[in-house]
Amino acid sequence: MSIDQSTAARVAKLARIKVEEDALPALAAEFNTILGFIEQLNEVDVDGVEPMTSVTPQRLTRREDVVTDGGQQQKVLANAPDAREGFFAVPKVVE
Amino acid sequence: MTDLNTLTLADARDALRRGDTTSKALTEACLKAIDGAGALNAFVHHTPEIALERAAEADKRIAAGDAPDMCGLPIGIKDLFCTEGVPSQAASRILEGFLPQYESTITAQLKSAGAVMLGKLNMDEFAMGSSNETSVYGNAVNPWRRDGTDTQLTPGGSSGGSASAVAADLCLAATGTDTGGSIRQPAAFTGIVGIKPTYGRCSRWGVVAFASSLDQAGPMTKTVRDSAIMLGAMCGHDPKDSTSADLPVPDFEAALTGDIRGKKIGIPREYRVEGMPADIEKLWDDGAAMLRDAGAEIVDITLPHTKYALPAYYVIAPAEASSNLARYDGVRFGHRAKLDHGDGITEMYEKTRAEGFGAEVQRRVMVGTYVLSAGFYDAYYNRARKVRTLIKKDFEDVFAQGVDAILTPATPSAAFGLGEMSDADPVQMYLNDVFTVTVNMAGLPGIAVPTGLDKQGLPLGLQLIGRPWEEADLLSSAYALEQAAGFVAKPEKWW
Repeated sequence: MSIDQSTAARVAKLARIKVEEDALPALAAEFNTILGFIEQLNEVDVDGVEPMTSVTPQRLTRREDVVTDGGQQQKVLANAPDAREGFFAVPKVVE
Repeated sequence: MTDLNTLTLADARDALRRGDTTSKALTEACLKAIDGAGALNAFVHHTPEIALERAAEADKRIAAGDAPDMCGLPIGIKDLFCTEGVPSQAASRILEGFLPQYESTITAQLKSAGAVMLGKLNMDEFAMGSSNETSVYGNAVNPWRRDGTDTQLTPGGSSGGSASAVAADLCLAATGTDTGGSIRQPAAFTGIVGIKPTYGRCSRWGVVAFASSLDQAGPMTKTVRDSAIMLGAMCGHDPKDSTSADLPVPDFEAALTGDIRGKKIGIPREYRVEGMPADIEKLWDDGAAMLRDAGAEIVDITLPHTKYALPAYYVIAPAEASSNLARYDGVRFGHRAKLDHGDGITEMYEKTRAEGFGAEVQRRVMVGTYVLSAGFYDAYYNRARKVRTLIKKDFEDVFAQGVDAILTPATPSAAFGLGEMSDADPVQMYLNDVFTVTVNMAGLPGIAVPTGLDKQGLPLGLQLIGRPWEEADLLSSAYALEQAAGFVAKPEKWW
């Protein structure tokens, strides 16, 4: 499996990271090095093996479906790059 | 009296209880050491006011006879832990200016036990790295140097600042976190002790997430006893972390008998990797001999899927990172890029993340995005999760044969020079974690103990791996190894 520049550009887009056109060849080469390393996993016989979901056998605990927290609008907004009138502010999302 | 900042947690605790010193004096000694150690770049956010305030409170508690073990002891906190009102930016530009409105469970527990926070410690960005060279704060520097040279060495990573600070006696101990070896590798590179407990022992709440199924916090200390003391204060059930184990926390210090007679210690043949330096091989053989002399039975074991742990890790960890780091979008906290006229929300995300994340973080987020993307999810991500099941089973099989602990080298080399790996491809750097990453994949406790020096005078460490939830037993075995090795070397002060 080899990653070309257009695949690298697609991955950058999916990850929402802006990568300049001239940086794509180096990025694709790095991906190929890492994926080449990962290819070793194809040597392992995984027939009938369950993919791990939890490293320690446990059932997630449940709790009453009630409100346990909240009413902290100021704290929630305290670190926002842009907050107005009690909301997070972002560039226009819909035309 | 020896300089107060050079004390162990145990000795400082005992001195406080005897009334031989005060938390204020301990704290001031550490603050002075920190002020003189700018060249190590270990502390990146200084909190002397908080430290002195907490020291004063601790002295009152000690006087009143209400002093838990950690009360009054000055420690450093890795920048990955959120600390209320104190910068906590995971060594990333994207969290510049971020002031948490809450305290992580672990630092809250340490605080309520009376521990004194001196400041925040350098690390690799988002804990992604093995040399502390991906930090927005610049490199942390190892206080150790090769004999007769002044080449600056890495303290390891990602908990490089923690390791450097403890080894240089800037604090009595520090918190670290370990996703693939980030406590144990830097501990080994700096001649200190570091334990990663069983997955679920320490709450992850309020610790900036890298790879949630692998991340665990733990103490980095000068001795095994200190690790036992500090781990006790860090552990415990936390309803705010759904993977936190609801199990009683044993008295780890009381369990330090160092009696390993009759214990079975496994030596995994797969860890004898090609090209292993002779110094490391000898260290390992010597360690096995020490444990045998102390009465343990040394047995050869096999962990057949060892070789696949690192490639599986480099699927699973980036996959989880790509998901966890999606939250850094310039909306709710941290950095937001300046936008050009007409830029919409997508441009805001893309520019913010390109400016805010360093090269290694971008690389891992994108690799994670790729292995999770349509058409590759089964081939990469699911296959890696299946391999992870097999890696864990390797350990279960060995423990089922009666093996109590496993002895391995902690790292494939001594500390290397800062910048020395800059021309290497990313995979070369990843190989630093070859002996530690299996332990995260299997969720087991692992501890690095310094046991010797290499030919150039640099510290080397061995790793002991224990059964799940049996940190007490593991610490006791590590204590036996520490006693037998008698490692007392300290770096010569140059900073």
